[in-house]
This record gives sequence, C-alpha cells and structure tokens, in this order.
Amino acid sequence: MSLVARCQKVAIALSVMITVSGCQSTPTSLYHQVGEQAGLERLTDAFINQIGQDKVVFHYFKQTNVSHFRTGFISHMCAVLDGPCQYQGDNMVQIHTGMNISEYDFNHTVDLLIAAMNEVGISHPVQNKVLAKLAPMRRNIIKI
Amino acid sequence: MRWFSALIILLYSQHIFAGGKLLATPGVSQIEGSAGGGIVPWAQLAGYASEDEWAMSGFCSRGNVKNYRLDVCGIQGNLFDRVELSYAEQNFDVPALKTTIKQKVSGAKVRLYGDIVYSTWPQLSFGMQHKSLKDGNVAKLLGANDTRGNDIYLAASKLHLGVFYGYNWFWNVTARYSEANQIGLLGFGGDKANKQWLLEASSAVFLSREIALGVEFREKPNNLGLGETHWRDIFIAWLPNKSVSITAAWLDLGSIAGVDRQTGWYVSITGYF
Repeated sequence: MSLVARCQKVAIALSVMITVSGCQSTPTSLYHQVGEQAGLERLTDAFINQIGQDKVVFHYFKQTNVSHFRTGFISHMCAVLDGPCQYQGDNMVQIHTGMNISEYDFNHTVDLLIAAMNEVGISHPVQNKVLAKLAPMRRNIIKI
Repeated sequence: MRWFSALIILLYSQHIFAGGKLLATPGVSQIEGSAGGGIVPWAQLAGYASEDEWAMSGFCSRGNVKNYRLDVCGIQGNLFDRVELSYAEQNFDVPALKTTIKQKVSGAKVRLYGDIVYSTWPQLSFGMQHKSLKDGNVAKLLGANDTRGNDIYLAASKLHLGVFYGYNWFWNVTARYSEANQIGLLGFGGDKANKQWLLEASSAVFLSREIALGVEFREKPNNLGLGETHWRDIFIAWLPNKSVSITAAWLDLGSIAGVDRQTGWYVSITGYF
C-alpha cells in the first residue's frame, strides 16, 4: 500500500473513531512514515519471520518468548521513531548482557531487518532514517 | 566467455567466507590496490571481514584516456578488520613510445579508530604503498630521481545514514605524503619539488543499498615540471551482493607527460572471497 493510500486510510479511520489512540504522532515523524502501529506490527512480524528462518542468529532467540519480544520490539520502535509510546521494557544493555553478540551477528541481524523492511514495502529513504535511529544503540548491544 | 561465466558465478555465489560488514561498506578497489574508490585509498579495509574474520579479495581495473591506458590487477587480504595487505601490478601503455611501463605496488593499511557506520567520529586509518618500477628508463628520461618510492597516507571516512533526503551519504578525505610522479609510473621526485603532503577526497550518495554515485579528487605534485595536473573522476559503483562489485567512471586526468586533455573512462571489478 502506498504512503498516500495508507494516510487516506488512517484519515478515514480517524474520522470514524475520533478517540482512537496511536495516531497522535506528527505527520512527519518516522513512526508515521513506517505506517504507525499497524506498520510496525507488519514490520515486526516480518522481522520475526526472518529471524525464525535464519541459521546464524536464531540461536540467540531460542529461549525468547516470541509474543513478549513482539510487544517489546513494537513498543521500543514506536518510542525510538518518535511515536506516541513510552517504552517501559528492559533497556538494551539489560536485554543483551550475557549474549556476547559479535560484530558479524549484529550486522547480520541488520541485514535481516533490512530484508524485513523491504518485505513490508518501507521505502529506501525511510529505511535509512530508521537505521540512523537504531545505529547508536549498537554499543549497548554487542560484546556484552 | 570464461570471463562471463566467472562473473555469473560471482554474482550468484551464496558461498561467502566473510560477510560481517554491511553491504557496500568496504568500498571498492583503487588503482594502487588499496580499498577505496577508483583513485583514492579510503579508511575502510578491503573485504567484508569483521573483527572475528579474515577476507580475501581480488580486482582488475582499466583506465583508458586519450593517449594512454592503465591496466591493473591486484589482491587484498583483510585480517580481522584491523590490517589490510595488498599487492597490485600496473601496466601503463604509452602507444606514442611503443612501450608499456610496469609498476608493482605493495600496500599495508591499519585501521586506527572507528567504523564508518557506527562510530561517532569517522573511521581513521593509516596506510603505506611501496611502489617499484620494473624499468625506470622513461622515468629517468623525464628527470625523475628514483624508480621506487613510498607513499604514506592518513584516511578518514564516514557513512551518514539517511542524511541526504533520506539517502546515505559517504565521504572520505585522505592526506598522502608522496613524491610519486603520476602515481609513480613516471618515477619519483624531480628537479622542481620533493616529498609533500597531497589532499585526496571522495564523496558519494547511495541511490539504493547496491548503487553509489560519487566523485573523487586527487591532488598531484609537479615534480618534473611537466604540468602534472590534479585528477578527478565521477563514478557509479554497483555492489549487488557481498561477493562482487563493479565500478565505472569518467576520468579527467588532465595533462600526463606533457600531453593535455587526458579524459576517458574507467571500469573495475572486485571479487570478494
């Protein structure tokens, strides 16, 4: 679905259910550009699917409760991309301590996220802006 | 035909030994064998090795301008994304003299700091290139002091994610201490000047994950008093996967050995193993 079509749909939804939450972001926010809550859900599902089929990093997620990861990832992304959410889960250091994630595995996971963004049709410029928001977190994720 | 099938195999090869860097971040191969653009060595090390891996790569390039042609092939090794070792052989055809000038370049580069994507400050590397002419007759004839020489350089590079209307912007600046005339093909040093610091720079925008469009500049000395001019190029690089890259460029090399207006084209292929 194109961004315009998505916006129209959101506008229609807004006029029908005026009290809907999750559409409080500014029109230019990254959260808006990735399709807001529904877009983040699609992206997260595609990302989980990518990880599930991946031989390199799947082992990191073997003990992971998928629905807990899904909720946390969506809420974290929503907050990071300037959406109307407050992420209240564990911070990046707490989550990744003891996993000892290598540079290779980190970049491989970035490749999977890019594949997921391609899959759900996020445009190249928006992908880059999302990656720019996430890149500074690497230091709190790898080799701990 | 053999070349074509080799290319096809490279393009579709799923067998990647080292793949720990993000696509396109190693850059391509410059004409002296180091990872870089076409004419400038960059701060990135060749190949896709991350700090736990090693990588090998090989390349061939051709630069064709009005009165000369340069062919170069080389290999590169990357040790744990810390050290790059390279070796290249250059054949410089001078049809007017019915001769080919041959030069060998051995290079080493050490990453001093950072990562072009993730570190706050640009990635910084120190490198050297040892160059040796096989036959220094032309160089001596033109007044060069030596037929071998060493370049040292310091390079800084950074990839800024999404900064240019959402597109990724790359830049590299290199300071090179050198006395090479036309990168050494016309010898080293001369009457008019000695070793000096020279500025080189590249900038590119990634139109997609795989395609970069950029420009380069390389300051040149004028040791021989032949009016050696700065080099410039405009390039497009295609990096479809972590196994191969192909680069094409338009070159403006100015005056070479007193012959003006040396413009033409450049093409380069690098394979990563």
